[in-house]
Amino acid sequence: MTQNLGTDLQTEWFADLRINTPAVERRAATLPARRSLKKDHQAAWLLNAVRCIDLTTLAGDDTPDRVARLCAKARQPIAPELLEAMGVSGLTTGAVCVYPTMVGPAKRALGNSGIPVASVATGFPAGLMPLDMRLAEIRYALDEGADEIDIVITRAHVLQGNWTALYDELRAMREACGTARMKAILATGDLKSLENVARASHVAMQAGADWIKTSTGKEAVNATLPVSLVMCRTIRDYVARTGYKVGFKPAGGLRTGKDAISWQVLMAEELGREWLTPDLFRIGASSLLGDIERQISHHVTGRYAASHRLALA
Amino acid sequence: MSLVNDLMNSMEYGPSSEDATAARDWMARRGTFGHYINGSFTTPGQVFDTRDPSTGDVLARVTQGSADDVAAAVKAARKAQKSWGNLTGTERARYLYAIARHVQKRERFLSVLETLDNGKPIREARDGDIPLVARHFYHHAGWAELRDTQFPDHAPLGVCGQIIPWNFPLLMLAWKVAPALAAGNTVVLKPAEYTPLTALAFAEICQEVGLPAGVVNIVTGDGDTGAALVAAEVDKIAFTGSTEVGRGIAKALAGTGRKLTLELGGKSPFIVMDDADLDAAVEGVVDSIWFNQGQVCCAGSRILVAESVAERFEALLYARMTRLRVGAPLDKSTDVGAIVDPIQKDRILSICKAATDAGADLVGGQAQDGCFITPGYLKNIAPANPGMQQEIFGPIATLSTFRTADEAVELANNTRFGLAGSVWSESATVATDMASRIKAGVIWINCANMFDAAAPFGGYRESGYGREGGHAGMLDYLAAPEPKNGGEGGKLKPLVVATEATAAKPDGIDRTAKMYIGGAQKRPDGGSSYSVPGGLAPLGSRKDIRNAVEAASKASKWAGMGGHARAQVLYFLAENLSARADEFAARTNRREVDAAIARTFHYAAWADKFDGRNVQTKPGHLVNVIPEPFGIIGIACANRNPLVGFLSLVLPAIAMGNSVVAIPAQNDPLAVTDLYQVLDTSDVPAGVVNIVTGPRDELATHLALHDEVSAMWYCGTSEGHAAVDQAASGNLKPVWAVPHRDWTGNDAQGEVFLHRATRLKTVWLPYGALPAGTGSAAY
Repeated sequence: MTQNLGTDLQTEWFADLRINTPAVERRAATLPARRSLKKDHQAAWLLNAVRCIDLTTLAGDDTPDRVARLCAKARQPIAPELLEAMGVSGLTTGAVCVYPTMVGPAKRALGNSGIPVASVATGFPAGLMPLDMRLAEIRYALDEGADEIDIVITRAHVLQGNWTALYDELRAMREACGTARMKAILATGDLKSLENVARASHVAMQAGADWIKTSTGKEAVNATLPVSLVMCRTIRDYVARTGYKVGFKPAGGLRTGKDAISWQVLMAEELGREWLTPDLFRIGASSLLGDIERQISHHVTGRYAASHRLALA
Repeated sequence: MSLVNDLMNSMEYGPSSEDATAARDWMARRGTFGHYINGSFTTPGQVFDTRDPSTGDVLARVTQGSADDVAAAVKAARKAQKSWGNLTGTERARYLYAIARHVQKRERFLSVLETLDNGKPIREARDGDIPLVARHFYHHAGWAELRDTQFPDHAPLGVCGQIIPWNFPLLMLAWKVAPALAAGNTVVLKPAEYTPLTALAFAEICQEVGLPAGVVNIVTGDGDTGAALVAAEVDKIAFTGSTEVGRGIAKALAGTGRKLTLELGGKSPFIVMDDADLDAAVEGVVDSIWFNQGQVCCAGSRILVAESVAERFEALLYARMTRLRVGAPLDKSTDVGAIVDPIQKDRILSICKAATDAGADLVGGQAQDGCFITPGYLKNIAPANPGMQQEIFGPIATLSTFRTADEAVELANNTRFGLAGSVWSESATVATDMASRIKAGVIWINCANMFDAAAPFGGYRESGYGREGGHAGMLDYLAAPEPKNGGEGGKLKPLVVATEATAAKPDGIDRTAKMYIGGAQKRPDGGSSYSVPGGLAPLGSRKDIRNAVEAASKASKWAGMGGHARAQVLYFLAENLSARADEFAARTNRREVDAAIARTFHYAAWADKFDGRNVQTKPGHLVNVIPEPFGIIGIACANRNPLVGFLSLVLPAIAMGNSVVAIPAQNDPLAVTDLYQVLDTSDVPAGVVNIVTGPRDELATHLALHDEVSAMWYCGTSEGHAAVDQAASGNLKPVWAVPHRDWTGNDAQGEVFLHRATRLKTVWLPYGALPAGTGSAAY
């Protein structure tokens, strides 16, 4: 797993960027219709989605016990008898994702499972705190044991076209993260235009983000396929220029097994199969896992499961 | 390790075949098909196999239609037409609506059947063809309802013979049958021999909805059956297919007066400007030439890329191409299915070979076992290479570059065809300019292969004439009210070359009537004159026609002046005609001169008002249908009313921005040769109106033979019409056999003339500043 070392700010990489929004939407709409997965193949793709999930709770009423329950689900995301029936073992989610004050409880709950803890930071979700406090929050989360940091950008820098300010803040965050891997949340629902999304993606990668992530889950519109397509294409271009493989994390819009398949098809078709591993692909989700488990249950048993028969996250 | 575990490592898609049981059961049950004539299936006759091109397996046997079968079908259609045409609009609409509903109820069955018979990916049949079929019948149920109010005084044509291709079998059936029925016609349709099955399934739908017997008749068979239908007593032939066959049909119908619409081949440009979203343009190529195995008449098959972005574009294109999946058509993850028949596969490969022999490099485009060819493109290719001229009709595009916008247009228009064009630019200024300059019937800005029942579809040049879809499509299945036939106005007098003995004696100073070419008076190339009332007229010949067409081709700025400026010229023309009314009255009579002045005012009025339409297709798509001038129209006038007869044809043509080469009344042309002074003083630019006097039918044939002339209007004899039709089939220019009439009357003017003076360009422009649901406006 090589870290993205980033580059100097290279605005010319996106200066003459052109994005035709209806064309992006058309591609995004037809992409899932172009690939179909059935039976064992579908089960495999659904389980792969599970291992890419950052199982998330980011609510004002989170408590250590609530987080512990989430972590228990991360360790055993699919009922053991279902996994056993498919001959799959050792499946966990990609990570759990919590607020900084919940990192400690999460680490304790996950014990020696090897599941990383991701912490949001930098004044999540709005990010409108003084920079030194945002950086201090990163350091706090790391002190608590966080393995990965999901930072939020200052949307104003994008909306004002202030790429230097955006780059500098992201660089500072990247340094604060040290060896921990950093995900840059662009809050695409606030940026709105696909050009904004693409430019912000470029700057985030240049500043050293290991993943670029769509949303906090708190914007009016969270991860969508068109936005994800645009971000994936910027990753493709960044890889071509630098050789650093940057990951992608859609968050907040994926609720069903079908969504999980659609996004994986996007990754496979636009970036390649390598982007179907947790190193380069994460899904920020909470309810998604429940739907996948229901699909898997049906695949194994031939019966549709009632939700009360599956373990809560 | 378990299978699922393995798959979690490989992350293969795996097979995902659509269930074909229902379609296979239906074929097994039906086995061998007769025709569908007069509401029931006939006993099968001599049969041939229809095959699944992906496996070569025989699917079913269908009957080879004979001339007798065609005659029986035409008879049934004829018998049914009167009562069908006389139903109320609502009654016809209910049948069309029922057909739309039944197509939807059987969409899975129809999609699978189409895929089996044609080889196209099930995804395309399911998400493209069949939903558009239903959309077409819904839309035309509406036109049936509205026919009498929206097309007042129009009547159905009668029985329409329809011949459709194999690339979109049921969709092409819908494009043909829906407007014909909505207008009140009955039809005899011949599906392509490779793909007859969905048409036969459609016949069952007609039965299910209780469509009256004889309204839709389907006769299967090969080209011979099609030829029999062309030869049958039908009122219209509508053909979609190759330019070669279309030309044959045009020749076969020459002089019959039967209505003909042709939707033929193409080699459509796909222009990528330097400010394009290149990823979007690459997807556009996927939707163009790698859609339906490239067997798409309007496919953007000539990719032209700005040199400054060509390298990046090709890198993206190549990467995208390698991710396309070629395989079993029924597999839901297949992007590129089977070529329709081994003959077509061989044809594609042979054109590719000719292209590479001529120096092009083929990337991809490799033949596989069976009827499969991988997607590909020809690079290092120039217009002189046959691969860039011929329609390949397979998944192979050409890829070449241009330097500037004007060069892109020049390359784009360097083709005999003119079906469609695709332009990619994020500048509205640039894209709309390119759209206006490409000579084609459909332009897609930042999109490709978009279709809708409301958007007229059809070609320029050798891609054919006539439109399918929307208001314009309906007009091609309706007859406008005909004027009272006033006759030719005297037989053509034999031309007598003037000699000293026959020449009339001049009164006063000798005046020499001349032809008017390129804004100057010209003596005839042959140096002879012929006797006419009032003196001698120049005896024009083929060379004078050649010179006149050349002069007309240099007058293209006239179209760019705009309607308002052209109106001013025409008003000025009326003013000057009025000032010299007495002089023209002496050549003709006062009534005719008054009518001529009124006619000029009439078309001055129209010059800036013959608007196109903005049509409702899909949300977020601005789709404009724009009437454009043809370029050069050849006009041959009747003998009746020499002055106003001439102006009644020339004025609507030039009001719309065409330039004309016109042959005035052969017997009595001097009122028209006098017009040159009026044209000169009225600021009509040189070359817009060119006048060649002499033997009308001979000159008209020379005009019709000239490939630079884009349309012909001929008002004369039936023999002359037949000769003009024959000659016009060379470059497939549409011929209007203008009915004779009293040219001073009010029915000698109006929109009928303007429709004939223009061809429609449908321009698609998807818009959206922001993704849907995040605040994009909708018109």
